[in-house]
Amino acid sequence: MEAQAAAYLGAGIACVGMAGAGIGLGHIFGNFLAGALRNPSAADGQFGRLIFGFAVTEALGIFSLLVALLLLFAV
Amino acid sequence: MSCERKVWPVPNEVSVSIETANLGGRSLANDPISQFKISEILPLEIGGLNLSFTNSALFMTVTVATTCAFLLLSTGGRGLIPGRMQSLAEMSYEFVANMLRDAAGREGMKFFPLVFSLFMFVLIANLFGMFPYFFTVTSHLIVTFALAMVVILTVIIYGFYKNGMKFLGLFVPDGVPGILVPLVVMIEVISFLSRPISLSVRLFANMLAGHITLKVFAGFVVSLLGLGVVGALPAILAFGMTIAITALEFLVAFLQAYVFAVLTCMYLNDAIHPSH
Repeated sequence: MEAQAAAYLGAGIACVGMAGAGIGLGHIFGNFLAGALRNPSAADGQFGRLIFGFAVTEALGIFSLLVALLLLFAV
Repeated sequence: MSCERKVWPVPNEVSVSIETANLGGRSLANDPISQFKISEILPLEIGGLNLSFTNSALFMTVTVATTCAFLLLSTGGRGLIPGRMQSLAEMSYEFVANMLRDAAGREGMKFFPLVFSLFMFVLIANLFGMFPYFFTVTSHLIVTFALAMVVILTVIIYGFYKNGMKFLGLFVPDGVPGILVPLVVMIEVISFLSRPISLSVRLFANMLAGHITLKVFAGFVVSLLGLGVVGALPAILAFGMTIAITALEFLVAFLQAYVFAVLTCMYLNDAIHPSH
């Protein structure tokens, strides 16, 4: 197989990793909403933790996107 | 990998847009990567080191100058009843101060200048990147990594200065059974070492990916219009998408600055209160 073709295939496969980040983010925001609707008065205080969880989870998806971009443009 | 490939090969859809867009006469740089190219404005070489004034340096200077001008001018009047600009400056102060107080307590306020400067620099640099033809400083890993290292080195140095060897207690959570301690310490050390990487790569990759997406969708508009009548409707859809992504990018620009500042506060909290 040509090296460039392999790089494009690898970029596609690397994007599968973003599915995991998507599931994780869905869990975070879904659980936040579930908790916030039960106790709306406590929801505002947890916004910082929500964003922290979002950032840490999203980083992993971004890493796989980065691998894909490196394969497409830099390798 | 073979070395004969071009420096920035582009996928098929995008290379179509390069050809069509060049018909307009102006030589627009149309592959999605060339917007991140660093060019020298004032070439300067001292002792074999390339110290040229680049477009990256120019936009960092502009970012800092804008931030300083905004804060100085808006708080210069110091009215008892704040005007629009003054309330904007006071809101940004209060926003960062509350963030720091929540995460690191009263003691953390001595790091307020650091956190506020980082937040304003990243925010203004991200927002400047949203102007067409402007250079996005934070889309370069070396810039964000330098910012992240400032944070992490502050945490390490201040942690040892304030707590001495007790700072290492950060790696041993309370209440872990003795047999698990080596494993937990290893995990904690790895997670600590990955902090500067994740902090810098998150900001850099978000800005990079967002700007590439914008450019690719804008390229769709041009290449679809090049098809004639058939492409008109899809081109309108792609144009709408471009507008929506632009709005999303403004949100991301603010959110990433916020996330950078919040994580900085949490890491500083580790230096101030190292025991779990």
